[in-house]
Amino acid sequence: MAHQAIVVIGNGMVGHKFLESLMGSGQHFDITIINEEAHLAYDRVHLSSYFETPAPDLSLGRAADYEAWGVKVAWGKASSIDRETKNVYVGDQRFAYDILVLATGSFPFVPPVPGKDLNGVFVYRTLEDLDKIRNYSQNSKTGVVIGGGLLGLEAAGALKNLGLTAHVVEFAPRLMPVQVDEAGGKMLKRKIEDMGIGVHVAKSTECIFDTDDSGNVAGLKFADGQTLETDMVVFSAGIRPRDELARASGIEVGERGGIVINDSCRTSDPSIYAIGECALHSGRIYGLVAPGYTMARVLADVLTGGEQRFEGADLSTKLKLLGVDVASFGDSFAKTPGAEEMSFIDPIKGSYKKIVLSSDGTKLLGGVLVGDTSDYGMLVAQVQANTVLTNPAELIVPSFDGARVKAALPNSAMICSCENVSKGAIVTAIRDGASDLAGIKTATKACTGCGGCAALCKDVLNAELVAMGQIVNNYVCEHFELSRQELYDIIRVRHYQNFDQVLGHHGNGEGCEVCKPAVASILASLYEEYVLKDGLEVLQDTNDRFLANMQRDGTYSVVPRMAGGEVTPEGLIAVGSVAKKYGLYTKLTGGQRVDMFGARLEQLPFIWQELIAAGFESGHAYGKALRTVKSCVGSTWCRYGVQDSTAMAVLLENRYKGLRAPHKLKSAVSGCTRECAEAQSKDFGIIATERGYNLFVCGNGGMKPRHADLFASDLDDETLIRYIDRFLMFYIRTADRLQRTSVWLEKMPGGIEYLRQVIVKDSLGICAELEADMEKHVQNYQCEWAATLENPEKMATFKHFVNSDLQDDNIVFVKDRDQHRPIYDFERLEALPMLNIANN
Amino acid sequence: MSTAIATKPLETTWTDICNLEQIPVAGGVNALVENTQVAIFRTRENKLFAVSNFDPFSKANVMSRGIFGSTKRDGRDVYKIASPILKNTFDLETGQSFDDLSVFLRVFNVKLEAGRVLIGVLW
Repeated sequence: MAHQAIVVIGNGMVGHKFLESLMGSGQHFDITIINEEAHLAYDRVHLSSYFETPAPDLSLGRAADYEAWGVKVAWGKASSIDRETKNVYVGDQRFAYDILVLATGSFPFVPPVPGKDLNGVFVYRTLEDLDKIRNYSQNSKTGVVIGGGLLGLEAAGALKNLGLTAHVVEFAPRLMPVQVDEAGGKMLKRKIEDMGIGVHVAKSTECIFDTDDSGNVAGLKFADGQTLETDMVVFSAGIRPRDELARASGIEVGERGGIVINDSCRTSDPSIYAIGECALHSGRIYGLVAPGYTMARVLADVLTGGEQRFEGADLSTKLKLLGVDVASFGDSFAKTPGAEEMSFIDPIKGSYKKIVLSSDGTKLLGGVLVGDTSDYGMLVAQVQANTVLTNPAELIVPSFDGARVKAALPNSAMICSCENVSKGAIVTAIRDGASDLAGIKTATKACTGCGGCAALCKDVLNAELVAMGQIVNNYVCEHFELSRQELYDIIRVRHYQNFDQVLGHHGNGEGCEVCKPAVASILASLYEEYVLKDGLEVLQDTNDRFLANMQRDGTYSVVPRMAGGEVTPEGLIAVGSVAKKYGLYTKLTGGQRVDMFGARLEQLPFIWQELIAAGFESGHAYGKALRTVKSCVGSTWCRYGVQDSTAMAVLLENRYKGLRAPHKLKSAVSGCTRECAEAQSKDFGIIATERGYNLFVCGNGGMKPRHADLFASDLDDETLIRYIDRFLMFYIRTADRLQRTSVWLEKMPGGIEYLRQVIVKDSLGICAELEADMEKHVQNYQCEWAATLENPEKMATFKHFVNSDLQDDNIVFVKDRDQHRPIYDFERLEALPMLNIANN
Repeated sequence: MSTAIATKPLETTWTDICNLEQIPVAGGVNALVENTQVAIFRTRENKLFAVSNFDPFSKANVMSRGIFGSTKRDGRDVYKIASPILKNTFDLETGQSFDDLSVFLRVFNVKLEAGRVLIGVLW
């Protein structure tokens, strides 16, 4: 039996999606597409990235795929449709159809402004348009985009990428008038202007003018008499449906354009369908790709006997425009009778959030977000789920407990819109045994698309586990039903020496990437043993395993210790020579030392040989251990210093170096109350006073900053060190895996007062033990790199291949500013000049 | 149209790599086999696994430097390897990622003969 003949006019994104959906159905058709562009379908949404270097591959339709699908491509413009005989003509070529699909898209609207035909006036729609813009821009300095909508802003960004001074001119009193309200538009304008793009709103362009009848654009004149000089103009003033073929063949079109379709995407002719931007559904044309894709899927389903229908589309959008997050959803303009608006503006962070509520304030109807769209998923879910709100303000006012609102979502709420997973489906998966995000992913596919719902999924998980009455346990992992603290105590009391003993007596399975490093760290804290000892080395996290910090391409960075941030000129020269010899990228760290990047595994021993010969030792930048004790120069040089803070920092760093802990440890010593060393952001920070030192504990910078608490005042050197010894050992004994001191303290019942009782008053009677443990550490410290260089067996493991001396040819560096960096994956496709880095 | 088609059946070519002792217990090494990087792991019972050394998530040749372990699936322990870069984990028997079921590491044949480890590639 002959297959049905389908002819598709147009091969844009929606036309392509239709083919893709049809191929997925498994049914066979005889398909011909008519394509007037020079390329098969490409990603028009990311058109502006075409000007980036390197330009990404935007193509969607690939000739090989089409060939494999048996799709024939006719290159050219369809000139007419003969509906009587069911034929489409491309010039004098004839294509017979059983089913005709119009996916002709739209064209950019150019308002009838005098001067629109001058040289230097463009539209922004196809790759050809972009080529023309690029060519013309080479002799231009300034470019103006007329139209401040989504595409207009993209276009302005593209002009800026081309090196032009870019401006956007919008007729409406704000940018993105369709999606964003007045206040949101104001915030958006500010953000766009901050990027160096000129924004001119409420401007009606009267004409585009040239000078001296050159025929080339020289500027714009506005209705208010003002002018804006420019070398080129890009129109992005909206789209109009390409309905001329349909119109000419007598198919019903809308009053203001667009091919009328029903819920099956069928036009007034039962053999002809229309999808995408050319189609008019319920009086509406959809200029976004998502509804177009939905139409494409619906039509593929209809043609293969399915019953899907297109019932309009939600115009909720979330996008990143020139790096600015913008979203609008639901009834964003409060058109519902009686609707109330509520907004929150944070001028410091540059964010604007507005929600639209039902007249009684109990239902969320829609909203606008600019600058921060992190709550978009949660808010859209609230709208769809029709949740009853008791305190709607909490939806937009920043709170300290984000989990609260999300837990209140009903089960019908959509959590993952990529895979259509509701909260109910996730809850079911949790009740069926999924106990972590990975389990939820496997069971429901949620969070496997864009990943944007990960935080929401975790909140649902935690809330659900608590609701199920399940104690959210603090077991280390699936192999041990013990917390880190319990593991520590067991290992200490039973004197276990290796992982197999611990696993054999208290665990199950083979262990994993969570419990192995945790046990290794405990063994290191307790016994001060060489971390690469046989049997211990395979437990260590990557960085500890090779005593360096692994970077994204598998190379390492190297950090020699510079205690207190002190380094001699000779030391600096030595570090410089090593970096130069091995071709390493160098950067100063926040902890007052030098980081050298790009060392291959096999180079590490050679690099360390030279560093150790120059008097350096391991900086433990790779370990969950003490990193640095930062300092200011204090009384030795500073006019204000009251104590020798550098000497104290050097003393402390040397005392605690190499100390393995549940997480990394940072410290600083400031020589006076001006606090130049930023000691209050450290795990333990010391600030000099006239009478001694103030000790601060449990501060943190990083992801969740916390000011350290003042623990004790005006301490003499000896007492200071005694307290820190006890404090660190108590932390090592009792903290959870990967728990910084700040969180440890926050979770500690009794808090800082309890900690003082333990450390100062010795309320648990363990201080002598804690001090002895620390003394053992200080006595047994060894530089792990010095030890490794003396061990030929270990040295042999610093090779990329066990059976060859060759190097990893996947490691490639490219020049970046005055140094180099690992190549990005997308650059590998480009013929970039590779760098030859010294690699002896 | 198709032209000459190989008539020889596919054969596994074995490459000698190293002594068993060169692979740490419950750890791994990386081997070069016909221009391909193969990560070989040794269990506590001297069972061997071989998978591609290339981590498809980070796109770096690092799998042999990951942490070896196991996880319970359907009531039985399955050997797994965690990439050192972003800690993605893979089933060592099938090469399948536990994080994204559509992603696989290539799996190679591996055997132990007279204390030597051999990798087999199907050609």
